[in-house]
Amino acid sequence: MSILEVRDLNVTFPGGIEAVRGVSYEVSRGEVLGIVGESGSGKSVTSLAIMGLLPPNAVVSGSVKLHGKELLGLDEGKLTEVRGKSISMIFQDPLSAFTPVYTIGDQVAEAVRVHQKLPKDKAAKRAVELLDLVGIPHPDARAKSFPHEFSGGMRQRAMIAMAIANDPDLLICDEPTTALDVTIQAQVLEVLKTAQRETGAGIVMITHDLGVIAGMADRVLVMYAGRPVEQGRVDDIYSRPRMPYTMGLLASIPRIDGEQGPLVPIEGNPPSPVELPPGCPFAPRCPMKVDACDDEEPPLVEIGGGRQVACIRSREIEHKNLTGTDVFPVPVIPPSDAVRVPREQRPTVLELDDVIRHYPLMKGAVFKRRVGTVHAVDGISFDIAQGETLALVGESGCGKTTTLQQIMQLRAPERGRVVVLGRDSATLNKAAHKELRSELQIVFQDPMAALDPRMPVGDIIAEPLRAHGRKDVAVRVDELLRLVGLAPEHAARYPQHFSGGQRQRIGIARALALDPKVLVLDEPVSALDVSIQAGVINLLERLKNTLGLSYLFVAHDLAVVRHLADRVAVMYLGKITEIGAVEDVYDRPAHPYTQALLSAIPLPDPALERTRKRILLDGDLPSPADPPSGCRFRTRCPKFARLSQAEQRRCVDEEPLVARHANAMDHGVACHYAEEIEVITASEDQEEQ
Amino acid sequence: MRSKVVFARLLRNRQARYGAIALVLLVALAYIGPYIGPYDWTDKDFLSFLSPPSADHWWGTTTIGQDMYAVTLRGMQKSIIIGLLVALLATGLAALVGAFAGYFGGWVDKVLMWGVDLLLVLPSFLIIAIVSPRLKGASWLWFVALLAAFTWMITSRVVRSMTLSLREREYVLAAVYMGIPRWKIILRHIVPNLSSLLIIDATLNVSAAVIGEAALSFFGFGIQPPDVSLGTLIAEGSRNATGYPWLFAFPAGLLVVLVLSVNLLGDGLRDALDPGSNS
Amino acid sequence: MGKYLLRRLAVNVILVAVAASLAYMLAATTMNPRAAYEGRQPPVAEAVVDATLDAYNLNDKTPVLQRYATWVSGVVTGDFGKTWNGGSVNDEMGRRIMVSLRLLLVGTLVGFALGVALGAYSAVKQYRFADRSIGVSSFVVMAIPVFVLATLLAIGTYNLNRGLGFTLIEYTGEYNPRLSGWDQLLNRLNHLILPTISLSLGSIAFYSRIQRSMMLDVLNQDFVRTAMAKGLRRRTALLKHALRTALIPAATYFAFAFGTMLTGATFTEKIFAWHGMGAWLIDSIQQNDVNAVAAVSFFSAVCVLAAAFLSDLLVAALDPRVRVS
Repeated sequence: MSILEVRDLNVTFPGGIEAVRGVSYEVSRGEVLGIVGESGSGKSVTSLAIMGLLPPNAVVSGSVKLHGKELLGLDEGKLTEVRGKSISMIFQDPLSAFTPVYTIGDQVAEAVRVHQKLPKDKAAKRAVELLDLVGIPHPDARAKSFPHEFSGGMRQRAMIAMAIANDPDLLICDEPTTALDVTIQAQVLEVLKTAQRETGAGIVMITHDLGVIAGMADRVLVMYAGRPVEQGRVDDIYSRPRMPYTMGLLASIPRIDGEQGPLVPIEGNPPSPVELPPGCPFAPRCPMKVDACDDEEPPLVEIGGGRQVACIRSREIEHKNLTGTDVFPVPVIPPSDAVRVPREQRPTVLELDDVIRHYPLMKGAVFKRRVGTVHAVDGISFDIAQGETLALVGESGCGKTTTLQQIMQLRAPERGRVVVLGRDSATLNKAAHKELRSELQIVFQDPMAALDPRMPVGDIIAEPLRAHGRKDVAVRVDELLRLVGLAPEHAARYPQHFSGGQRQRIGIARALALDPKVLVLDEPVSALDVSIQAGVINLLERLKNTLGLSYLFVAHDLAVVRHLADRVAVMYLGKITEIGAVEDVYDRPAHPYTQALLSAIPLPDPALERTRKRILLDGDLPSPADPPSGCRFRTRCPKFARLSQAEQRRCVDEEPLVARHANAMDHGVACHYAEEIEVITASEDQEEQ
Repeated sequence: MRSKVVFARLLRNRQARYGAIALVLLVALAYIGPYIGPYDWTDKDFLSFLSPPSADHWWGTTTIGQDMYAVTLRGMQKSIIIGLLVALLATGLAALVGAFAGYFGGWVDKVLMWGVDLLLVLPSFLIIAIVSPRLKGASWLWFVALLAAFTWMITSRVVRSMTLSLREREYVLAAVYMGIPRWKIILRHIVPNLSSLLIIDATLNVSAAVIGEAALSFFGFGIQPPDVSLGTLIAEGSRNATGYPWLFAFPAGLLVVLVLSVNLLGDGLRDALDPGSNS
Repeated sequence: MGKYLLRRLAVNVILVAVAASLAYMLAATTMNPRAAYEGRQPPVAEAVVDATLDAYNLNDKTPVLQRYATWVSGVVTGDFGKTWNGGSVNDEMGRRIMVSLRLLLVGTLVGFALGVALGAYSAVKQYRFADRSIGVSSFVVMAIPVFVLATLLAIGTYNLNRGLGFTLIEYTGEYNPRLSGWDQLLNRLNHLILPTISLSLGSIAFYSRIQRSMMLDVLNQDFVRTAMAKGLRRRTALLKHALRTALIPAATYFAFAFGTMLTGATFTEKIFAWHGMGAWLIDSIQQNDVNAVAAVSFFSAVCVLAAAFLSDLLVAALDPRVRVS
């Protein structure tokens, strides 16, 4: 018997915006339904409509039944009895989802008291129990803390505690781990599984991350342009997708288990919800499109095995057993010339030697004062050879962005040296400084924030050219626009008129304007949807190979890194823990942190995900203002916990330095007890190779 | 392109539409009205002192037989000019000081903001009132300068805090990393992105200045006779308001309508230029 | 926390000192106390005038810095000097200070409380009739300067009382000195009605606009949605979660609004014939009374900074994020 039954749900916003069109699904007790879709696909609006939390100007039609009882159109009094009691919701951003002025304990207790007649002290006690259940250490003390004093992961745990306070039958999780780092994501997903065991609730899991769904869901619903386009059991969807959009999505994600070759991008952008195409909304981007696709929107039809697909060619796909790589054009990326020369013989384009950067730590908004020093970057060294991509990876707060700023400033660091193209940044005069600026450029993370909204695209790209007194600006702007896959007539438009992927291309064109030799990429694809991301990654790869660029690539997504980088440096609390060739670090990680990080990344493969063993880390990142002595990772290190006391002494007293590991050519590890472990099972096609 | 969008939004905004129409009518009244009226503001009708509104003297006459219609419009002209000039000067100064302090930071910021704090400690009304005896007999432009000098502080704080956040924007960083000089970055990337705020603020400063002028003139600290402004007329009228209401009603009414229409326009501009705000 | 409050207080003392000194310098250089003795019949001998002005520390023949030094040495011992005709500034200030403080306190409290309440209500009823009428009224009120409003109120009350044939609402002075006991108190309250309205109406309008927009910002935020997802009714979620959080920015405006309040009080006192500090400022400027002007400036600076300090305390009390633990 299903707990929740949604039939033909439609949501329309003023201005004819059809955000959700005909969504139907059901969830049974103990079942996890995953809803996947890119931004704007209507997946979050669906869940808010179920909870009755949409703004009053939204028009909702269809049917939502909880235990057979209709929820749509209930008055507020009846609805409040359901909300938080039978259906609970977990939101994406746990900072803004808590009221900043009340303590966490009070807010959890409030959830208890809304539905249970309990005196205040009993409710407070229950809140502490719940916080304990979701794994918050010292719950009785932490219950008195305010939301801003919690870390992101802890807040999301508290959010889960609040959601399960009244033993709900259904949990709706809206991108519950999107704002979190991978190791924290792994912890929170584990807590969610515990919560489900405790309550036996059904879960609706909304996310854009195909890896998370693969590990959690029993069934999957894929949404596109406000409509469900494919539904079925998780294994079926991942191994035999029958709708071109799902196929493309699966083929466009970079995988951490090392599938080589270019990614398959889906061209174009999702349609705007105000002007949907007449037929199938995916048709304009679909490589299998035939004329009949434009006639009418294909309905979601049963194709057997509990699967539903909305595509007129699904039978054919089934019959020929097609996959994304068969259908979508696979781009051809020319190989790089640089790699033919061995790394040692190539010139070094960027070198950091024992660089540190410390900040004063200020506290309080009204009464400001210095309370300590943030050791943001604390002695890191690496180098990049010509034609190479070095990825700097790590979770938030590890110091990767600070490192990048230090390099871009082209000034002397507090300690150590930054050498760009053989010139020490400390010794530059004004002219050399300016000249070096043209050799070293940057692409930013947020493609909206990186472009001045008041300048037409042509001026944005021309700005560096004019600043450096180049002639023939107009010709060069045209050339650059073509280079990144845009048209010259785009120069007259403003950044607002472009999609995220196109804006990122504009950002890349601007960075290339001065023919730099080194490009710093600051999370260049993390703000983009998966299907768009693949196109930008391919562009970056092509540009590198054809223009002979070298990249410093800063990222937190290890799958993208594996795809794009030659070498990788893993950072933790301002230090490099492991550095080396991508194959060495990913396949034979020797530092316990790298191992945990790699094992935390969900794979978009349900079969592998189910059998994988995760190395879960305890707790949060320590404050960079007060790092642990000796090895900085020891407070959370699973290996440290297994060492004898004498061995542990060494970790506490002596800071491990990056040392060459075993016999590998290019693999350094900063651990006293480095030991290789395989954490990623190689995927099938890699084994074949 | 953008200006078109803003203009369309502005037209759609009912408040702004009414405000703009009222403002245009008021300005037209102030500058064209005197040509229609039968008397000049300097004329004195010795046959009718303090006469109520009539066909001859539309808005009545004053104690010395001036035509209220002509005098009030003359006063409004002065109020409008003072409002515009003060707003222009004050907003310009605020933009300059705020952007400078915000972008350069450090001691420049400290010194400038300390100055702003200091000026905020004493109500500007008080300072101008103290200085005003010196201005007796001086040009009214000095009065404008004085008003402007004490209206810019709060705007400059807002400009500064916005500059602080703009400074960290990636497109500003991108410009820095391109090797573009700082003054150019302020002019090309920071001030244009503050323009919405500055336009809104300049508009609201007009009404603040009109009120400020009237307030000071009310106590005789502003515009000096024989020149008139709405403030001096209201002061004169309020003394006899119970007996001769037309002396008070016309200048006070016009002042309120003028300020109201400017405020409506300013608020509408805020909605049109800054889609994120709700006020 | 105590240490930071103390430091803050010290900075404020310095600001008051600098501001008051500036005001004294401005007054001493622009005003001409000698004017009071000029053109008298019979004419007063210059030596006599000089001697009198010297006694009051008002002689423009003494270098301004020297006069300033004399003034400062008096102020640090709590003596604000002599008025233009030889009275004690301290005595005059003693008589007037409570009059102004009473007015300011009542006006501020009424303005803040009513303004916040109306603004919050307006935001909750966004685009409904109540919201629109509150919006329109606050726009109109904000366009009416205090001196026009006060005059209108006075005229209205005058006509009302005349129509009724007896004095229902007092519109001039602070109290009737002939009454005593309870009657006296009631009479004082009656006298307070009009000045309070004229002083607080503007700030009610101001705070209602601020609070409305702050509340609207908060209404769309995730935590209000979370509160409703927990099962709270919309009304409860708004009152307990949204209003409480939206009060924080309104409290920061407290400091800014107080300067305007002081100016408003000046007009209110003058028009309703209250003998407070504001009315004194106007009189003393017209009488070239340098020491009195300096004393009023000192008072204003103390008031403004006290308001800023209170506003900081209020914000710290309302917002756990700015507290330093």
